Amino acid sequence: MAFTLSRPRSAPLTRTDRREMTVGLILVSPWLLGFILWTVYPLAASIYYSLTRYDLLTPPVFIGLGNYREVFTSVDVALVAKNTLWWVALSAPLGVVSAFLMASLLNTRIMGRSVFRAIFFFPSIVPAVVTAMVWQFLLNAQYGAINATLSALGLSTIPFLSSPTVVKPTLVLIHMWAQGSAMVIFLATLQDVPKSLYDAAMIDGANAFRRFWHVTVPMCSPVVLFNLVMGFIAGFQYFTMPWLLTQGGPNRATEFYALYLYRNAFLFLRMGKAAALAWLLFIVVVTFTVILFRTSGRWVYYSGEAD
Amino acid sequence: MNATAKASMGLKRRASDDGYWRRLGPVGWLFEVLKYALLLVLAVSYMLPFYWMFTSALKDDPQVFTVPPRWIPSPAHWNHFYDAWVSQDFNLYFVNTVVKYAVPVTIGAVVSCAIVAYGFARPRWPGRNLLFALCLATMMVPGQVTMVPLFITFRKLGWVGTYLPLIVPAFFGDAYFIFLLRQFFRTIPAELSDAARIDGASEWVILSRIILPLAKPALTVVALFRFMNAWNDYFGPLIYVNKKAQWPMALAIENMRGRLYEVGTKPLHYPYLMAVSAMAALPILIAFFFAQRTFIEGITLTGIKG
Repeated sequence: MAFTLSRPRSAPLTRTDRREMTVGLILVSPWLLGFILWTVYPLAASIYYSLTRYDLLTPPVFIGLGNYREVFTSVDVALVAKNTLWWVALSAPLGVVSAFLMASLLNTRIMGRSVFRAIFFFPSIVPAVVTAMVWQFLLNAQYGAINATLSALGLSTIPFLSSPTVVKPTLVLIHMWAQGSAMVIFLATLQDVPKSLYDAAMIDGANAFRRFWHVTVPMCSPVVLFNLVMGFIAGFQYFTMPWLLTQGGPNRATEFYALYLYRNAFLFLRMGKAAALAWLLFIVVVTFTVILFRTSGRWVYYSGEAD
Repeated sequence: MNATAKASMGLKRRASDDGYWRRLGPVGWLFEVLKYALLLVLAVSYMLPFYWMFTSALKDDPQVFTVPPRWIPSPAHWNHFYDAWVSQDFNLYFVNTVVKYAVPVTIGAVVSCAIVAYGFARPRWPGRNLLFALCLATMMVPGQVTMVPLFITFRKLGWVGTYLPLIVPAFFGDAYFIFLLRQFFRTIPAELSDAARIDGASEWVILSRIILPLAKPALTVVALFRFMNAWNDYFGPLIYVNKKAQWPMALAIENMRGRLYEVGTKPLHYPYLMAVSAMAALPILIAFFFAQRTFIEGITLTGIKG
């Protein structure tokens, strides 16, 4: 997106500029007002609360950096951060890659593409409570349908949700299963790749894999970046599935940052500590996103769309 | 696949499509078979959880978890769907979800996002692009950061226990939908609004008389997605809607699942839970089949350009 202004930045605002700006600001005023109310104010208030001890019942007590000291020396926070970093590092790339590969598969000449597309898209729009419940029953170690089938075949059962080592990959698999919306975005992107590029590559003697790697992937890289960034941001806030499926267990293997924060805020009523945790998360997310964008220049190819 | 079929699916037709099957060699056929086999395996595993849920709803309680599992229920109790719905106050929960939450939120989102998106799309004004970048940047802010102070504020306002904390912010725009609508508005030819501007129309008139009628598909997409988000939303009501009489369907189902582990669980609890869950996913399924193109277009509108 080009940053064009309707006048050189150094020149003073003309009367037309001022009139245009008024109209523009009035049009976007709902968002602007909302930005101040629901983003700026909470961010600022969050800093204030993070410096207090506040349990909602008694007035807040100023304790300076006490919450931050506690957070940075806490073993719990270290565990939770480790879990979350593991999750972010795995779920976002795997989710994006699996969605892209499936979209590529769907992009070939197949009959009934829209049926397959619908089937793969559907899990991403079902309510979380429903998918969590269904997976919980399907993956149960004793009587879940999957393990029941395995034991009926004489194979050993897999403790999907009851083993601390197996539960995390299980969550990743469920996450990949629900990437239908990303897949649909990729499918549309793949269809937009100009056929002429493939023709040129074939003339140069490129086989299918090289065409994929040197034409398809670069042409889709901006969208891949977008989905990757969104995936990372969502990964840091991962809450609903672990809350509904495992409640952070077994043995705190799936206790992620958002769960820990929620418990501190609404179960232990440690609003100050929760605010400190939240700000820490915010800084990490912003830093991560900035780094991601900065390093993206190396592998993202923009085919020069005019603004 | 011929041109008509492709066009009906919104896919492009390529010149090299003709004679595709004839030009395949034996290796090509092998790959085709493998491809369809893979697709079938994937499709079955993707649908398996929902198939299991649906058939479990029809079973007798002890049959839900058998070893080996019974994939075709017999007998199949279709009356479970009705019985499960009336076993609890699901009429109330349904009304709560739709009337008290989903509809107000959808109206708020469509109205506010359309106005703001137009402000970012067509009229050129100083600072427009900067503010738009700021709007997009807000998508980076984790919900948890704003959650705590907002909860404290809403509590002071006495709004906790109602849907107000979820409805009111919806009238102030949503970055995702603003982005989507802005991208769409920019595809409307500038000549239309320029002509109106020359005739002396104000931006408001341009917006309401010209842009909005042309934007019906995009607005439908926004409405559909916002409604769906509200219907599926668990976390928002979890925090703010703490009175049972106000619960949306998501909370009611979750509560039903939690009660499974209580002492003295009633028989038929599992099938009823599955039946209700299937019905909770049903509106989405119906909406999706009727509006599949709209759904997919909505997703791609945000994901591609820019």
